[in-house]
Amino acid sequence: MDAMETVTAAINKNRDFLTELDRSIGDADHGINMARGFNAVMEKLESSPPDSLQQGLKSVAMTLISTVGGASGPLYGTAFLRCSKIAQDKSTVDSELASLMLNEAVNGIKSLGKASAGDKTMVDALEPAAKAFDASYKSGCGLLSCLQSSCKAAREGVEYTKTIAAKKGRASYLGDRSIGHQDPGATSSAIILEAITEYCKKTG
Amino acid sequence: MVGIVIVSHSGKVAQGVKEIAMQMADEKLKMVAAGGLGDGSIGTDAAAVYNAVMEADSGEGVLVTADLGSAVLSAETALSMLGEKLKSRVAIADAPVVEGTIAAAVTASSGAPLADVKAAAEEARDARKLE
Repeated sequence: MDAMETVTAAINKNRDFLTELDRSIGDADHGINMARGFNAVMEKLESSPPDSLQQGLKSVAMTLISTVGGASGPLYGTAFLRCSKIAQDKSTVDSELASLMLNEAVNGIKSLGKASAGDKTMVDALEPAAKAFDASYKSGCGLLSCLQSSCKAAREGVEYTKTIAAKKGRASYLGDRSIGHQDPGATSSAIILEAITEYCKKTG
Repeated sequence: MVGIVIVSHSGKVAQGVKEIAMQMADEKLKMVAAGGLGDGSIGTDAAAVYNAVMEADSGEGVLVTADLGSAVLSAETALSMLGEKLKSRVAIADAPVVEGTIAAAVTASSGAPLADVKAAAEEARDARKLE
């Protein structure tokens, strides 16, 4: 896995998004916003190929904050920006780096969005995902295995969001009426993680 | 003079607010509209806000007004990307975008410091319109 991982992972995300998001989320404009953002990411990466993992992640971040349009832009942008800072001069992502990135991404999102677990947001997918990754990592699992655990936790988080009321974001205006609907941000987070995992699986 | 950046999901709203505020402001006041996305669609763009802040600053700082939700997140993201010196003289007003910007523009025009400009914008939150 090298800097191209960034490009290809983004391709995977993009493909997943265009097909799944608009179908499974269909909630307001999240699907449209994310598709627009990730399409722009692909265009940017293709037209200005990054020369390092760090630069690639920063490119993803800056593109997202300018093109997603909604809250996910700054939120995912901040997540990728934090990952970019951590990447430093590394060109491949191993379990240790992945763990750092996942945790920093969650921290970045929480500190900008000011959401905590239970607010029915992307944090409800990403925080458990980071914890599951770390648990697998500590018990000696390889990168793919850790990623798979994190995906499972993320999906459980998405399911969990169906049971609670939104306390952040536009859905919070609905209060208890938001119960029963899965959170779009949590869903797109799970989708992104799954795409990364898929990529990891494919490239061995 | 403190500069002002107007962040809105709509380019038209940001530009419109600027036009209204300019009517009551000193012509030297730097007000930059940062609304909507690059292609004109509805949304907010933190990079555009970042550029707007750089443009609006003439050394005395910048007050940022925003409509709602992701406009605030975009403004905060933009701030986090600024260098320390500039960051220390930029503030986001917790105020309604139209009325807050107007109050800020009037106050900034008098040469007031950033804290006063921000306070003026935030007073707009409680201002009643109907007697």
